[in-house]
Amino acid sequence: MQPTHQAPLAHHGANPPSIAGTAVAPPGPPVAPPNPALQARWQRVMDCVALREPDRMPTGLFMMFWPAKYGGISCRQQMYDQDKLCELTVQITRELDPDLCTPTPLITGFGNLLDATGYRQIEWPGHGVPDDRPFQYLDREYMTADEYDEFLFDPTGFYYAKYLPRVAAAFEGSQAIASVAGASYFDVIYNSAAFANPALQASMARLNTAGQEAGRLFACAGRLMGQLAGMGYPSGVGGFAIGPYDNLGDYFRGATAMMKDLYRHPDKVLAAMEKMKTLTLRRLAMQKPMLSSPLIFIPVHWAPDAFMSQKQFERFWWPTFRELLLGIIDMDLIPMPLWEADCTKRLETIRDVPPGKCIYWFERTDMVRAREVLGDVVALRGGMHPSVMTMGTPDDVDAAVRHLVDNVYAKGGRLILDTAFGIPDEAPVENVRAMYRAARRYAS
Amino acid sequence: MDHRTPDEQQLVQWLADMNEDDALALARRMLLDEHVNPMRVLELCRAAMDIVGQRFEEGEYFLPELVLAGEMLDTIGKMAKPLIQQGDSGASRKLGRVLIGTVHGDLHDIGKNIVSFMLDINGFEVKDIGIDVPVQTFIDEVERFQPDVVGLSGFLTLAFDSMKETIAAFEQAGMRHRFKVMVGGGQIDETVRAYTGADAYGINAVEAVNLCRQWTAAAA
Repeated sequence: MQPTHQAPLAHHGANPPSIAGTAVAPPGPPVAPPNPALQARWQRVMDCVALREPDRMPTGLFMMFWPAKYGGISCRQQMYDQDKLCELTVQITRELDPDLCTPTPLITGFGNLLDATGYRQIEWPGHGVPDDRPFQYLDREYMTADEYDEFLFDPTGFYYAKYLPRVAAAFEGSQAIASVAGASYFDVIYNSAAFANPALQASMARLNTAGQEAGRLFACAGRLMGQLAGMGYPSGVGGFAIGPYDNLGDYFRGATAMMKDLYRHPDKVLAAMEKMKTLTLRRLAMQKPMLSSPLIFIPVHWAPDAFMSQKQFERFWWPTFRELLLGIIDMDLIPMPLWEADCTKRLETIRDVPPGKCIYWFERTDMVRAREVLGDVVALRGGMHPSVMTMGTPDDVDAAVRHLVDNVYAKGGRLILDTAFGIPDEAPVENVRAMYRAARRYAS
Repeated sequence: MDHRTPDEQQLVQWLADMNEDDALALARRMLLDEHVNPMRVLELCRAAMDIVGQRFEEGEYFLPELVLAGEMLDTIGKMAKPLIQQGDSGASRKLGRVLIGTVHGDLHDIGKNIVSFMLDINGFEVKDIGIDVPVQTFIDEVERFQPDVVGLSGFLTLAFDSMKETIAAFEQAGMRHRFKVMVGGGQIDETVRAYTGADAYGINAVEAVNLCRQWTAAAA
């Protein structure tokens, strides 16, 4: 499968109804002649996905705030200075020479967009954390238990009336949009009055500014990924998705409230996750023409062994997540869940997906065990633990790569070597160089 | 084991089985209608938490059960405490004092909260000083609380350095020898433990309790 080279605007024969008239500059690479280096790297990764042996073990490069360490800048500068972030990303990619690179502006270069939207779910440098620290998510109840019914009845209405204003200040004033459902005939034209409301007008103006900022972000990411593609590096992250349980648990109910909901409101949890799954797939379908890569990054938070029993996992967590994966595959996209923490006890369950269609990225699960259990179903990504990357010596890193090559790749595991959740922010540059060097030395 | 009435046995069982509605209704009836000694009710709650802790150790219960158990205990505690007579509190002997907090730069707290809960129900006096705790605050709280064990929690990789700094500051302040230090969090392993200078790391809340038990028994 080749990366999408078509200029994304060429796909817009008809805008998807939910974003009619959107002027967002998409992140896809510009039209370019086929690049042999790009094709070779992509083929290497696609061979892994299809469970074929590639010409050598591919490597992935994912970064959160490591560019700041590499470039000697603050986390704050990384979030606000998109040009500098892109410059560092190009330098790092050229030096480390991975097979998959990172659209870094979309991962951390959105400081201005956070300001423009008045986003409330994280603290970030200059807004609650010091300049040299990464952003952190604020685990809160953004939806109460007695709001399940409201969400289930009319998710869009709930979003406008309650959820969006809670999580982003720019939406304050737009609540009236929620109440249009049910209007018909002359009530539709009477409802126009709501749009002249000064609070709604102010919110729309703020959102318009934010929309322009989002356009700049996507244009920046598009230019970067185009440049990297021109250098021969395909994107390792095309789109994003969140599993239904994690979506509800992280971004709506909050971690501990969600756990209590499993006992107090199990049927509502199941119904809400079903809805979340459908909404997530609908959004991905809308975004698909604009993606620069078919790889859909899905950070997974609540699957780890320690977080719920196997029974709870099989009842609450896995079914709608599996349906999400199948839906993504049906769209000819490649789901890439990153299974955070240790998910060893889940391996037998999560192998129940069509073979040759997914990349499973593991953070702390033993990669040797992962290959044993599901190496015939999915490609693997990851393997390099944060502790060796951060606190080991280059020789320790080299040995860790060798271990993965000998015990996973050489045993038929379709492994894309990478760090557990991207290069740890504090990893010494020499250790990172050692990792990519060792990958070429031992698995070519 | 002391004799329990059918209602008392029922309360322990319902709490341990996560039957929240029935357990809270029964506790309310016992405390407010039947005027059962609130200390007795709290004792029954602790017995139920022992079972919860056991089931967690055995891999039957996980985080959701600990969270719900903590909430039920809290709710019954709020009902019971105003009813406790002066001088009746008879504070049970604690196994030791544990000071716990998430190190500076890190805002995560679920793991720390679970560890605090498990230590508390296992008979330790726990002081939880929250998240993003500066080094100096740890030092001040150690002086105030005089813990036997200090627990440093952290989830992000930046926490490795914060833990190392905090422990180094204990050394510099000449207090390091007065307590044991355990570290814990999503990405902690032996390499991280050695890097930070901690005495041990706990892979989960049960391990944290075991470490504290070993250390306080050895010091006794």
